[in-house]
Amino acid sequence: MTEQLDDMYRDIIMEHYRYPRGHKEISEPDLANQGHNPVCGDVTEIKLTLDGDRIEDISVNCVGCAISVASGSMLADMIEGKTISDVRKIAEVVRALIKGEEIDTDLDLGDLEALEGVRNFPVRIKCALLSWTTLVDAIEAREVGQTVEASTTE
Amino acid sequence: MRTGFVSSDLASGDARVPDHTGLSKEAINRDFPILSRKINGKRLVYLDSAATTQKPQCVIDRIESYYASQNANVHRGLHTLAEEATSAFEATRDKIASFIGGVRREEIIYTRNATEAINLVAQSWGRKHIRENDRIVITRMEHHANLVPWLVLAEETGAELEYIPVDSQGRLILDNISNIIDSRTKIVALTQMSNVLGTINPVDEIIEVAHRRNAMVLIDGAQSVPHLPVDVKALDVDFMAFSAHKMLGPTGIGILYGRESLLDRMEPLIYGGEMISEVRYDSADWAELPWKFEAGTPNIAGAIGFAPALDYLNSTGMDKIREHEIELTEHALDRLAGLKFIRIYGPTSSEQRGGIISFVDSEIHPHDLAQFLDASGIAVRAGHHCAQPLMGLLGVNSTARASFYIYNTKDDIDELVSALRDARRYFIND
Ligand SMILES: Cc1ncc(COP(=O)(O)O)c(C=O)c1O
Repeated sequence: MTEQLDDMYRDIIMEHYRYPRGHKEISEPDLANQGHNPVCGDVTEIKLTLDGDRIEDISVNCVGCAISVASGSMLADMIEGKTISDVRKIAEVVRALIKGEEIDTDLDLGDLEALEGVRNFPVRIKCALLSWTTLVDAIEAREVGQTVEASTTE
Repeated sequence: MRTGFVSSDLASGDARVPDHTGLSKEAINRDFPILSRKINGKRLVYLDSAATTQKPQCVIDRIESYYASQNANVHRGLHTLAEEATSAFEATRDKIASFIGGVRREEIIYTRNATEAINLVAQSWGRKHIRENDRIVITRMEHHANLVPWLVLAEETGAELEYIPVDSQGRLILDNISNIIDSRTKIVALTQMSNVLGTINPVDEIIEVAHRRNAMVLIDGAQSVPHLPVDVKALDVDFMAFSAHKMLGPTGIGILYGRESLLDRMEPLIYGGEMISEVRYDSADWAELPWKFEAGTPNIAGAIGFAPALDYLNSTGMDKIREHEIELTEHALDRLAGLKFIRIYGPTSSEQRGGIISFVDSEIHPHDLAQFLDASGIAVRAGHHCAQPLMGLLGVNSTARASFYIYNTKDDIDELVSALRDARRYFIND
């Protein structure tokens, strides 16, 4: 069990938790959304600016457990400079990784691979997905010309 | 019942302070089989009784013997099994009636849980008696179960929902109580013990003020009835709700106590079989109390299995249980105070609180902490404990919560404290 615990709280995760990337303010975002996990009260706020279809700058401010903060930090790292359609693909792969589902991809997930250990702790999957769900909801709303007020993991 | 108390264990030569008031180790091992389980290779330290308690062997056996030798539907058969099942099902009702202070059996309604009992009052009594501009008073420390039903009722009726405030130690502020419970107030609903802070509320004082205003009072007894001697008659309360599963009994069975004169005038919430006296094609008459509120086949095994739980509590003695929990709580408050990185919420005096302690680590998120503790065999809860608005008031998103019962010992608390130290080492190299 301690092994499983160590497998979830890998060094990379703890490093992102202590020094989260994207922890800043963006004053005039093109896209923004807040997400919360009603099970534990964790909240995340994501803002980004776009250059056409490309993500120019992103902030992720997550108040939560090590897993949700680290996942949000990795999200900020991963998607800066990517296009909206890249992000959707990445999010899908990350979701599959966290849930332990098979997915065919040649994407290099980098640090995100470390989130794999979460699959042994079903209640923590929502923690790991919080920021991703929040971002994807905002993107989906934008595609149909709407904005979202907030997202939840439920 | 075989629940011998150890009077003193000083002879053991153990440097730790022995438990003077708890069950003996033998009784715990014999009566609570689950506590012999290993979790992740460690002895299970169960500190989540506020969520649900573990069940003694006598309860487990009774449920099994009911299904193995008495299973039948109640109130509708003339055969031996149906008679036995009905008589056991109804016998529990009598035990409950005497457990909470000797009320009438007609005043004990079986529900699924405390939540359903509260909803029954909000929807049946509430919809009939609450009008626009009336006032419903609750407190800022309620469990969602005693908040959402009133929120909905207030919205439906146009009544005003008013809150009794809470101070920084998690106690009700009663200075302004006679303005809060005003002449428009029709009902006051409050918990007798907070499931987050452990606070024991002075419900007798509040009942007195409410009755002076002719307002009804509902007590959420989900946390108090399992842990304190509660006498409904002495309190002179109108409604009280609680759940069997938080007091050694099975899940799926809850209780609404209601004053007979009030229940008599209330409409059923659910219609169907078991709750009628006569049905015609164009009309129906309701059954007598308590069955009027018990439509459909009830949780028969749950009610029958609740009886030995009540016997167990009675033979242990609710005074003893309270005394034991005070001792555990004092020990825990004392040991936790030694951990500078732990912040505790709720009253600091054990007289004003039950065995529920919410806490946070200055750096480790409650979720991570609970996960780490679980790896050490220690079960605590982390989250908002179904009290989101209260979390906001405390200025946190969530807390970790340790809660105690009859089978916990000081050793359990010492293991928690030592694991909290280990967690610092694990997460922040402290
Ligand atoms: C104070 C309080 N009220 C009500 C409830 C609801 O109990 P149940 O889920 O059994 O309906 C709980 C349970 O957590 C509680 O602690």
